[in-house]
Amino acid sequence: MIALFYIAGAIAVIATVAVILQTNIVHGLLYLILSLLAVAVIFYVLGAPFAAVLEAIVYAGAIMVLFLFVIMMLNLGQHTRDQERDWLSPRGWIAPSIMAAILLGQLLTVLSSIDYDLVPEQVGVMEVSALLFGPYVLAVELASILLLAGLVAAYHLAKTK
Amino acid sequence: MESIPVEHGLILAAILFSIGLIGVLTRRNIVFVLMSLEIMLNAGGLAFIVGAARWGHAEGQIMFLMIITLAAAEVAVGLGLIIQMFRRYKTVDINVLSEMKG
Amino acid sequence: MQELIWLLPTYPLLGFLALVLTAGRLPKNVVAIIGAGSVGLSFLTAAIIAAQFLASGEEYFIKEVWTWMAVGGFTPGFNFYLDGLSLVMMLVITGVGFLIHLYATGYMADDPGYSRFFSYMNLFVAAMLMLVLGDNLVLLYLGWEGVGLCSYLLIGFWYTNPDNGYAARKAFVVTRVGDTAMALGLFLLFAELGTLNIQDMLHAAEAEWEIGNGLAVAAALLLLGGAVGKSAQLPLQTWLPDAMAGPTPISALIHAATMVTAGVYLIARTHILFELAPNVQELVGWVGLITLLMAGFIALTQSDIKRILAFSTMSQIGYMFLALGVGAWSAGILHLMTHAFFKALLFLASGTVILSLHHEQDIFKMGALRQKLPVSFFSFLLGSLALTAFPYTSGYFSKDEILIAAHGMEGPGMIFFYGGVFGAFLTGIYTFRLFFIVFFGESKAAHPPEQEYGGWNMNGPLILLMILSVVGGFIAVPLDPLFGDHEEHHISGLLHAFMIAVPLIGIAISACFFYFKIWSVEKLMASSFAQSLHKFWNSGWGFDWLYDRLFVLPFLWLARINRADIIDSFYGLVVEVSRAANGMIVKTQSGYLRWYALSIAAGLVVLITIGVML
Repeated sequence: MIALFYIAGAIAVIATVAVILQTNIVHGLLYLILSLLAVAVIFYVLGAPFAAVLEAIVYAGAIMVLFLFVIMMLNLGQHTRDQERDWLSPRGWIAPSIMAAILLGQLLTVLSSIDYDLVPEQVGVMEVSALLFGPYVLAVELASILLLAGLVAAYHLAKTK
Repeated sequence: MESIPVEHGLILAAILFSIGLIGVLTRRNIVFVLMSLEIMLNAGGLAFIVGAARWGHAEGQIMFLMIITLAAAEVAVGLGLIIQMFRRYKTVDINVLSEMKG
Repeated sequence: MQELIWLLPTYPLLGFLALVLTAGRLPKNVVAIIGAGSVGLSFLTAAIIAAQFLASGEEYFIKEVWTWMAVGGFTPGFNFYLDGLSLVMMLVITGVGFLIHLYATGYMADDPGYSRFFSYMNLFVAAMLMLVLGDNLVLLYLGWEGVGLCSYLLIGFWYTNPDNGYAARKAFVVTRVGDTAMALGLFLLFAELGTLNIQDMLHAAEAEWEIGNGLAVAAALLLLGGAVGKSAQLPLQTWLPDAMAGPTPISALIHAATMVTAGVYLIARTHILFELAPNVQELVGWVGLITLLMAGFIALTQSDIKRILAFSTMSQIGYMFLALGVGAWSAGILHLMTHAFFKALLFLASGTVILSLHHEQDIFKMGALRQKLPVSFFSFLLGSLALTAFPYTSGYFSKDEILIAAHGMEGPGMIFFYGGVFGAFLTGIYTFRLFFIVFFGESKAAHPPEQEYGGWNMNGPLILLMILSVVGGFIAVPLDPLFGDHEEHHISGLLHAFMIAVPLIGIAISACFFYFKIWSVEKLMASSFAQSLHKFWNSGWGFDWLYDRLFVLPFLWLARINRADIIDSFYGLVVEVSRAANGMIVKTQSGYLRWYALSIAAGLVVLITIGVML
């Protein structure tokens, strides 16, 4: 199991790097789906099968399909890919990379002080659901309102005049 | 059962987050920016799941649920904005959206 | 019925509100009914209240309407206090006020600001009633400032002429000097005696301060400051002649009959305080004497009909101050009342003259008007006789009492007496100079009048005021319980005869100059000394010149130095710094989303760094 964790982690990192380096937007999207699926595997390894399934269905499934639809609607062709290549000048990478490297370095420093070996144990759908519809029912309601707001806003924004 | 050092999970989340950040800061195509944001949100979700596994509790998963809801709503609104932007400017370059220049 | 005393200021106030809120959209006859009718109703109510009050035989009556404010132990209320003094004032204000309002309905008939005029007039009456009926000094002060405001608004009534606006501002600013002193006086009284209720305050002052106490002197001096400002006495007299820029009914109502006598009322109302400070009381007498003589000399040289009357008003108020100074409180108030009658009459009659001559105010461009303007002629005749204290007219009784009381006073009493008599002599000359020049001789008018201006609404008030000017002296003023019984002072018959004769001599001299032309003014004016004296008096003893040099020019000089505004430059610096900082920081507002995201990330890095370091 532990090997699965590291393999999936490596795939996630590689796929994610591939996402941000892509010039073809559809390829980028496919790499992102791969990255999300890898993370879903990690969730499963960490004993969260419910979250893993949601990650696969909602994230890699629904949300990414949404992206795909929009890309189709925008209908960006070969011209965009050339443009994309122009935009990705090496100089543009320097500052963000340095910034991200510093941030990562700090996070690593902070995180390396934690020393705990966790033994994953399954926390299944039942426990999560019991909590969701028990003490966290208000959070569920809030999430539903948020989704409703997103729905209304998306409809309004994307509407043609 | 073998154990996993908890910091490894968190470090993985940090790496994913940093890559997402680079994406947000570097890309000029707004669709890529939105995708990088998804990566960052996902990294946050991963950190919560690791935390949940560390304590063996379900609360972390509930937080992940909240994040995924947030991501869904955000993507819906964000894509709506992208469509509107493309309609107005005929481009996906976020640098055209600089009318707020002081 | 006495309970309804609060209605007195309410009627004119409602009239004011009605006229202001309709903003001149009402037809003129409705405006006239509201404007004059509200004051008429006030007068009717006042008359009934007065009758009942006098019949009840009480000394005073208090009606508490509501508490204005309550701050700690300080609770001034809208409480009305009625005694002999406020009774007289109330009847004069509403009675004479009503007659003047009635006259104004005719006088102002062609004015486009008809409704505005009556709204100000009504507000004035309301404020003036508040002033005389308030039972505490705060309410009195409210009315005091209210009448000051109305005076300002009405002097500058014809605001299209900048001179009128200037006169209005002058009146406002000069009286403000006095009002500031008065406000300080109120603060002092409240701080020392803990109350501003007039009766409580006076009792406390009597109990706590012995005669000549420094605080009493200070308080009395400060109140006197307010009184001289409002009543145009030395040294704050300069505004009154310029105030004649307003419409003539205003000059009659505000600048002759009522508002300018508020200072007299104030001193009479707080006379106990002045009795505690005998030096200040004597000062009041001196102020009155000097003012009445000075104003008399000035009136001799003026040529504007309204300005002559204005200086005469100043002079007559000087008599009232003289009366207060010698402790003849009731005589002062009696003179206030009779003066209200005959001076309102003179002003209103001068208004008729001015309108009949198509807005001519220079008396040397009048002449021979006695047949053309019979009502004005008789008004002027009777008014002038009353003004010069012709025996058995109203002015005679009041002035007589004042002079006799002055004669009875120890110390400077003799100076006051002979000064007052000399003032009466001057009064005789300048009053009948005006009278003879305007109504006799040959006509020098540019537009000779075809007929006398005005209908029943203008002539009616004149006739009523004529009657009052003649018989007003017989009205018994119920002031004795208020001011205590004075020992009657008697003077010898010879001296009394002399006193009566002096104004008549003045009239005779005036007649020799201007009626019989036995003596000639030209000959008198031949010498250069007489000419410079004439110029000096004509300019009001140079007070305007002096105040210009003393206050206005230094102030303008200071203003010129400080044109760059030294204090403001500091705030200008703040603006400059902000602007420079804005110039720097605005560069970060590039408008690029990724730049903002980078800034957020940088901020995050900094925060985490700090977190790690700590």
